[in-house]
Amino acid sequence: MMAAFILAFSLLTLLMFFVSYCRSLTASSLHTSISEDVRDVTGIQTRAAGRDYARVIQILHLCPDRPEDRSRLQIVGAYYSFLNLLDQSFAKISPSVREWAEEERAGCAHFAAVALGRRIALNREMLAQQVEL
Amino acid sequence: MGAGVCFITFSVKRSCFLKYFFLNLYVIFSLFADLIRQAVLRFYGLDSREYIYLYYYTDCLLTIALFVAVISLASRVFAELNLARYVRFVAVLLLLGTAGFTYAVVAQSADRLVSRFTVELSQNLYFVGLVLTYLLWGAVLKLQETRTRLVQMVLSLGLYFSAYAGSYALLNLAPNSEIVQYLAPILGCFLPVSWALTIMRYSEDSRLTPARLVAVPR
Repeated sequence: MMAAFILAFSLLTLLMFFVSYCRSLTASSLHTSISEDVRDVTGIQTRAAGRDYARVIQILHLCPDRPEDRSRLQIVGAYYSFLNLLDQSFAKISPSVREWAEEERAGCAHFAAVALGRRIALNREMLAQQVEL
Repeated sequence: MGAGVCFITFSVKRSCFLKYFFLNLYVIFSLFADLIRQAVLRFYGLDSREYIYLYYYTDCLLTIALFVAVISLASRVFAELNLARYVRFVAVLLLLGTAGFTYAVVAQSADRLVSRFTVELSQNLYFVGLVLTYLLWGAVLKLQETRTRLVQMVLSLGLYFSAYAGSYALLNLAPNSEIVQYLAPILGCFLPVSWALTIMRYSEDSRLTPARLVAVPR
């Protein structure tokens, strides 16, 4: 009985801490706006939507890798998959869950778009250095 | 082990070793524990009594060190309210209470009392640690804590304690499952890795928007 209680409590807190951890990662990019380059490449008009995430990630993979971003992108990617799972299951029952999941997926897309902006800037710098040489 | 060395190195390089002293102390202890376990494992083997005893004793000591790390983070969160002294007092009482409760439970079975005591104490401490971290997280939200490093360190601890407490509970429910055996090394790396990344990525001045931290906004 005690073990079952601890298991249930741990699973709930694990989920809560995971969501909060991912939100603290995506929150770090909220103050940065999406650059003009990223808007041109991805077609994001004003604000990133959840469905933009997959496209942004595809373009991200075409740019040179920045090791600083790698682990955060992986965690946010896992969070996005979790949100998709939520959208396909519980969200069908509750519209508020769907709304919340969509808002979160938009946060993931914004995070990825900001990371893409940094990679494009890095790419430009590298190109400029090569031209100088 | 590499992750632990990485965390300590970054703490020293970013001049925050003393600021997060108890977190560093836990990582140093875990490095020593890894070395001793490795030596005993090579000398006596995986199934030996010596290795099993040593594993659970060091695990128990590491859990207590982590418990102290949680208290140190709680002291920092409550420092502005001048409640740090009371936090430490309550935490020490809780630690002694858990040890006493575990001893009272285990004392009823006299055979192999000492080894059972360390296992039971570790399990109970993981759960108490989880509850403490949960309360600490509640305080972080309530006090609208914005320091990114502190927030991410508390969240990492929450994930660690949840996963460990859950896996121990699962082991109790299904003793034949080998989940702890596989989870323990992964979780052991998780804490120093996530702390090292936090120290590396964010400065002490980095701030978060408190409203973004609530899992489900109200």
